[in-house]
Amino acid sequence: MKNVININDEHLKELEAEAIFVMREVAAQFENKVLLFSGGKDSILLVHLARKAFWPARIPFSLMHIDTGHNFEETLKFRDDLAKEFGAELIVRYVQDSIDKGRVTEEQGVNASRNKAQSITLLDAIDELKIDVAIGGGRRDEEKARAKERFFSHRNEFGQWDPKNQRPELWNIFNGRKHSGEHFRVFPISNWTELDVWQYILNENIKLPELYYTHKRKIFSRNGVYLAWAPFMQLKPNEHVFETDVRCRTIGDITCTGLTLSKAGSLEEIISEIAATRVTERGGRYDDKRSEAAMEDRKKEGYF
Amino acid sequence: MKINGKSENKSLLRFTTAGSVDDGKSTLIGRLLYDSKSIFEDQMEHIVQSGKRLGREELDLSLLTDGLRAEREQGITIDVAYRYFATPARKFIIADTPGHIQYTRNMVTGASTADLAVILIDARKGVLEQTIRHSYIASLLDIRHIIFCINKMDMINWDESVYTNIKNELALLVDKLNIADSHFIPISAKYGDNVVDKSEKMNWYHGKTFLKLIESIEIRKNKNPDIKRFPVQTIIRPNTSEFHDYRGYAGRVAGGVFRPGDEVTVLPSLLKSKIKSIDVLGKTLSETIAGDSVTISLEDQIDISRGDMLVSSDDLPVISQDIKLMICWFNERPMKIGGRYLIKINSNEAGCIVKSVNYRMNINNLENDFENRTINMNDIASITIKTSKPMFFDSYKKNNITGSMIFIDEGTNETVAAGMIV
Repeated sequence: MKNVININDEHLKELEAEAIFVMREVAAQFENKVLLFSGGKDSILLVHLARKAFWPARIPFSLMHIDTGHNFEETLKFRDDLAKEFGAELIVRYVQDSIDKGRVTEEQGVNASRNKAQSITLLDAIDELKIDVAIGGGRRDEEKARAKERFFSHRNEFGQWDPKNQRPELWNIFNGRKHSGEHFRVFPISNWTELDVWQYILNENIKLPELYYTHKRKIFSRNGVYLAWAPFMQLKPNEHVFETDVRCRTIGDITCTGLTLSKAGSLEEIISEIAATRVTERGGRYDDKRSEAAMEDRKKEGYF
Repeated sequence: MKINGKSENKSLLRFTTAGSVDDGKSTLIGRLLYDSKSIFEDQMEHIVQSGKRLGREELDLSLLTDGLRAEREQGITIDVAYRYFATPARKFIIADTPGHIQYTRNMVTGASTADLAVILIDARKGVLEQTIRHSYIASLLDIRHIIFCINKMDMINWDESVYTNIKNELALLVDKLNIADSHFIPISAKYGDNVVDKSEKMNWYHGKTFLKLIESIEIRKNKNPDIKRFPVQTIIRPNTSEFHDYRGYAGRVAGGVFRPGDEVTVLPSLLKSKIKSIDVLGKTLSETIAGDSVTISLEDQIDISRGDMLVSSDDLPVISQDIKLMICWFNERPMKIGGRYLIKINSNEAGCIVKSVNYRMNINNLENDFENRTINMNDIASITIKTSKPMFFDSYKKNNITGSMIFIDEGTNETVAAGMIV
């Protein structure tokens, strides 16, 4: 991949048209619709695409955030402002509530993360609110199990994904039929790559949380990944906290979001940096490093 | 971007790959990604580590595309995997379809969204039944561009005469199948010859390398620019004070060019109106073409709902309850003659009864089988159906969006077949 920036790419127009088409299919085929909103760039992009798909009408989905409680502060404010700006209903469900109710056992030890526990909270919310479709920002280029994912991904009544028995998806015809109790996860930006997302954000002038741009932060290094320090993070004896210039390449739960040492302060600089990088986006995600099939296993259980 | 001094937009090319595991399909894709520097360090590290765990001796680039645990363990590909890479010239989406299990189903799925098909042939084995099968499926799905890669040239000592013989045999097949645009390249995916870099071993080949070819091949996306087709997905009615009377029809243009002022006929009502505006997020467009997702509003108040279609008044689709089509059956339970299924053409749903099986296609020798009319999984057949209401459609050759459909089993909700209208 060469280090080039072209903001008028024809391919972005095609990806946008495809994503809008998928969103409109969701609006037409389902009843109780949510858009999974994490505050990360992919979910922000989804909200913008949804606005484009339905303008001048309002977005026909609620935004749903599964809150681990381990957030970057700024993401929450950004989330609330965006929902207000677009007039969308915001639904928040807390992993802490699932822990308090005994639905989830909190992981212990230095590597403890609530990332996996989110799946339970999410499935409980889907059950509670009778949600029949949840739109997510998953992309096939992110991870090898995701490369096998459909646009319309069926989940059985236990919320599970059966990768070996997926419905074939042909042309632009999407089969969202299901039995009661089952639901769908829909991924409108399946065919986008990380670079496509950034170039589109630049083209469309989409506002992102400041975390994506370079800033000073207290961090530490663990197994080759830079993690943000927060008061609830347990450090191993050989780990020490230091402050430097970083930015987030992805934003998730603070316990598993790897940071990039970077001085990129504008979208153009970020795109140049990504075009030149030799490590994938999720290469810095601590949750994927746990085992080779970590993502596949979490997805089968009901993860995003 | 500047390519050869002229400014160009980066376009998107979707291609599908066909060939069994032994033909080196995964190796070709791996080689393409590796040599075009699209494999990242952490992915490479994964491949090396998985290879070690699985006891593979050489670097196995196929581990890159096998994403599921069972696939890596058994060394097989189960499902269509999508891979992405870009060069300064183009962005590519590869639908990598598995070689063994449910082959036809997977290739049909991958081919349904492809602009181009790549078919691999083992130079030692030449044109096999499966080559015929792959080429037939590509032609059935109306893929206009096929690249035949004659692979493993290293195993036959880079012998030009072997390549020429295979190429001549393929040319006959291409003729028989009416494939519009075909290309032949001698390659060694394993060593990279003629994949990204020109081969030093095959000086007798003067054509483009595989990458050069897929970067430069011209793809026509709007097949019939004069024939307007706009299937309505959903109705946009804001009901706000600012847009009090706004009523827009949201959809993706399936054919032709639409401009404000154009006359259109609405199906199924056959009422005529004129296009008032074409809108995308606060912008009014002066025209929209096949592939665009837009919202169209009309001059007249007409009752239009999801599944309806706006079309050119002088070139209407076929309106009928009897449809003859080619299908590929996907389900373990055989198709029932006289059986009821749901069908979807674009956003338009209806019930149907399978009236008859006209013939089964023997895709190994391209002969029509009029004897055995049982349609099992992976079979391709010509059938006739009757629909529960009049449908409007084109032949698949005329328009692959308004000429294609899926069959759904009402009991299980599974997608059981894909159909291409004749």
